[in-house]
Amino acid sequence: MANDPISQFQIQKIFPIEVGGMDFSFTNSSLFMVLTVAATSAFLIFSTSGRGLVPSRVQSVSEMMYEFIAGTLRDAAGTDGMRFFPLVFSLFMFVLVANLFGMFPYFFTITSHIIVTFALAMLVILTVIFYGFMRHGMSFLKLFIPSGVPAALIPLVTMIEVISFLSRPISLSVRLFANMLAGHITLKVFSGFVVSLGAMGAVGIFGAVLPLAMTVALTALEFLVAFLQAYVFAVLTCMYLNDAIHPSH
Amino acid sequence: MAGETQSTTEGIEVPPAEHGVGFPPFDATTFASQLLWLAITFGVFYWIMKNVAMPRIAGILEDRKDRIAGDLSEANRLKDETDAAIAAYEQALAEARNKAHSIAHDTRAKLKADHEARREKAEAELNEKLQAAETQIAGIKTEALSQIGEIAGDTTSALVEQLIGKAPTKTDLTKALKSALN
Repeated sequence: MANDPISQFQIQKIFPIEVGGMDFSFTNSSLFMVLTVAATSAFLIFSTSGRGLVPSRVQSVSEMMYEFIAGTLRDAAGTDGMRFFPLVFSLFMFVLVANLFGMFPYFFTITSHIIVTFALAMLVILTVIFYGFMRHGMSFLKLFIPSGVPAALIPLVTMIEVISFLSRPISLSVRLFANMLAGHITLKVFSGFVVSLGAMGAVGIFGAVLPLAMTVALTALEFLVAFLQAYVFAVLTCMYLNDAIHPSH
Repeated sequence: MAGETQSTTEGIEVPPAEHGVGFPPFDATTFASQLLWLAITFGVFYWIMKNVAMPRIAGILEDRKDRIAGDLSEANRLKDETDAAIAAYEQALAEARNKAHSIAHDTRAKLKADHEARREKAEAELNEKLQAAETQIAGIKTEALSQIGEIAGDTTSALVEQLIGKAPTKTDLTKALKSALN
């Protein structure tokens, strides 16, 4: 059980709650959601409590995150897109910290569950759809009819555009989920090798050096992936929001 | 390796007994709870970000921008002041130079005029003296000439008396003298 690479994704109830036959228990996943929110909010608020004109080290981290996402959003969606800045910033920080929390041994990775990443992706897509129709009305549908396409090709191109639009929430959520899941499984498998080979005596200990080195390298890679996937999620969110703001491309 | 595979298989076999679905992320019975808690936590997180954390960071960045802009404008103001002071100094210098020029010019003109006046005065005096001298000379000359006539008359009368033994008449003498002198 301890060596099982899947058990780390197991949801365990901490406080069982059941409403109308539905299971709304406070689980280890819920616990880490709360921890992610609490830690991120606390960091952002306490690091900026000095309100230093010349930022302290932690304050400059918060400022860097803020300006990084602000720059990404402005580049992708223009100044009009800045109305979605709180959403994009929250998504980025939430996913980033959730991913990084997952890097602690024995911590639960909330983004390794498809339902969580899918819910976040749906939040983005529904925001795009609602805002797109609210702002542009029916002309939001121009999104699916690229300008400058020969009339004969319009049905085909529109179909492709619709399919690509519908696949967005799936690709957005599966990308994050699969990256986190696969990374954690790989880490667990290689570190499991270290333990099982180590238990085999002198030859085994010698042989365990290789998976150990692999585990160290993978840990570094996973930190990169944790950041990169949060960034990719934020960038794609910005690009989809750009469609809602400027539907004709 | 064999042990590993076995334990993995065992691990996968355990969950079905608990939840009915093998792979935890695809276990639909946990979805409701995860969605609810994600909605609650992310909702709270969004609210905190939007209303507390982000305005705070934005405020800090704004303050810094304002401070830098303020400092820059202050520097610009000081620079403008310095430029104005330099311009005023240059102007004062130019004015002083012009004044010096005009003073020098005036002095030169005044001296020239003064000099001219004195020269004219001296020339006038000299002319006057020359005039007086000329008058005097003319007087002396006239006098001398009149005396010459008399002397010549006397001499001529004496000469003629010596030559012919008889003194010429006054009228003849005067006539002869007049033609000789002229």
